[in-house]
Amino acid sequence: MANIPGIPVYKEIGATPAPATGGGADRARVVIVGAGPVGLAMALDLGRRGHEVVVLSRLDFIAHASKAICFSKRSLDILDRLGVGDPALAKGVTWNVGKVYWGEADDPVYQFDMLPVKDQKRPGFINIQQYYIEEYLLDGVMKLPNVEVRWGHRVYGVTSKDDGAELAVTADDGGVYTLEAEWLIACDGARSTVRDLLGLDFEGRVFEDNFLIADIRMKHEMPSERWFWFDPPFNRGKSALMHKQPDDVWRLDFQLGWDIDRAAAIRPENVEPFVKAMLGDVEFEQEWYSVYTFQCRRMARFVHGRTIFAGDSAHLVSPFGARGCNGGFADVDNLGWKLDLVLKGEADEGLIESYNDEAITTADENILNSSRSTDFLTPKSTASQALRDAVLELARDHAFARPFVNSGRLSTAVHYPASGLSTPDTETWTSGVAPGAPVLDAPHGDGWLLDALGDDFVLLTRGWQGEAPAGVRLIEISGLAAERLGLGEGGAALVRPDHYVAARWHTIDPAAVDAALKRAKGGMA
Amino acid sequence: MTGLNTTPNLGTNASADDLYQKLVALHDGLSEADSLRVWAKLVLILANHIGDREVIEQAIVAARPVAAA
Ligand SMILES: Cc1cc2nc3c(=O)[nH]c(=O)nc-3n(C[C@H](O)[C@H](O)[C@H](O)COP(=O)(O)OP(=O)(O)OC[C@H]3O[C@@H](n4cnc5c(N)ncnc54)[C@H](O)[C@@H]3O)c2cc1C
Repeated sequence: MANIPGIPVYKEIGATPAPATGGGADRARVVIVGAGPVGLAMALDLGRRGHEVVVLSRLDFIAHASKAICFSKRSLDILDRLGVGDPALAKGVTWNVGKVYWGEADDPVYQFDMLPVKDQKRPGFINIQQYYIEEYLLDGVMKLPNVEVRWGHRVYGVTSKDDGAELAVTADDGGVYTLEAEWLIACDGARSTVRDLLGLDFEGRVFEDNFLIADIRMKHEMPSERWFWFDPPFNRGKSALMHKQPDDVWRLDFQLGWDIDRAAAIRPENVEPFVKAMLGDVEFEQEWYSVYTFQCRRMARFVHGRTIFAGDSAHLVSPFGARGCNGGFADVDNLGWKLDLVLKGEADEGLIESYNDEAITTADENILNSSRSTDFLTPKSTASQALRDAVLELARDHAFARPFVNSGRLSTAVHYPASGLSTPDTETWTSGVAPGAPVLDAPHGDGWLLDALGDDFVLLTRGWQGEAPAGVRLIEISGLAAERLGLGEGGAALVRPDHYVAARWHTIDPAAVDAALKRAKGGMA
Repeated sequence: MTGLNTTPNLGTNASADDLYQKLVALHDGLSEADSLRVWAKLVLILANHIGDREVIEQAIVAARPVAAA
């Protein structure tokens, strides 16, 4: 039996006994609070790098909730690096194209392609239920003897210290204990206990709108695309969204407005008319109905000494744009290698400050985009309503208006043009990937460039086989891969373990590579 | 283009009157909501034609009443 009633269960795991501490405190180098997608991915990243990690999960099961379904190419690349991309791809529904409809018209007013650059390993997006992703991450974690997940262990007290944090934990078997961590990573979600206990801020904006999610099961043929409607006949004056998920599950999302009875809205007799109005007289079964509202907010800082926030605990966005969990995976990707270097004594603690900067850059871009989408979806005044409708009306006939249509700007990798870890270009570049941007995938040998990059610093070169600095792997590239990086003969790019370019040269200079590496590890050049 | 042109640029009084009349007539028979939408369409069409973000942003500033800025 699940330890917390009222939350549907995907997979029972069962409570972990409290550790026998003999009255003293239990210790771990890294403690992660929360075993949602972000906590599990964090544990997997640090665990694969060989660190001792304890994960505390309030639940003793994986929840079966209607949460994330859209996982971006960038997240798939990260899951690949963590060794769990393949099961996600095998299970998920791949899609690249989104179509936006308006009113009763059968033709879209706007459409977009999430993978404009082809010849990459992964598609623009897959749809897959969040609990599958959590399961794959957990499978990865379970293979690591150095990572321990404690199920049914809830944090109820936190003391932040100069050399770490002290947690008060209560286990389902009644055990209560103290856990001392050198580093604490709070991945405990939107209502973060750690954030609250430390009295930290979480500022932002609440949007006055409700959305109904009807996850239903049915046999239905439709291309694997994201379909979005403004003002459709089946939800007049509002919007709707349809996504295909694995297992013949479909997500139908209906905008409801602000003044509604939320409990009534999810009763089957109230949901079913929506479904039938949208799809006609189809046969379907209820998977899960829920209503959500949303907020866009973030903490002022994500790093508080040795306590670090990642995922929903640090930032929240509206779902339009699929930037929540995808944004959380970006945090993991950014923090993993940095904390690894600090734990191994190969970088100064100050490197963690660059996580604060870069993760906030990501969060701000996500919040900006999802706020703008929400403002387009739910105009706040008669004038903004008129402007929105003007865009849709013009988009039907004129290409120039289509870029204004905003049904959600879907998550892509965020760039860090101002990152202090990057060495700015000193030469002129007319193509390629600038410092602070992620490497563009391309075929490489028998496989793919991103797979070859792996978890370490890499020096990508074209036509140069000298020696890379210690701890840096040299990979020679050619063809499309080199072209996409803008590298000519003798050119090179230094790539961070999260696959972001740190520096690049038309003509490689080993001394400059050393300096750029030092800088990318947080030491000034 | 160098900045927003705020000097007279559309000819004589007669021409201005003519244009003014067309802008009024644009709304003939429309509800207030439809009228608002037509204004918005016109702004978008013109903005795209101008095609210069800086000029358009200067125009936005020029249009906004000082008290509400
Ligand atoms: C309707 C909806 C649709 C969405 N769609 C998408 C989408 O398509 N794409 C996308 O990227 N994102 C989407 N999201 C957002 C996504 O679900 C979240 O961003 C994601 O779940 C965040 O993961 P997390 O691990 O940070 O937090 P959570 O998933 O909230 O996990 C936090 C964990 O911490 C545990 N915990 C909390 N307090 C304690 C404590 N005191 N002690 C121990 N454990 C604790 C909780 O039990 C929980 O398991 C959607 C969200 C909603 C609501």
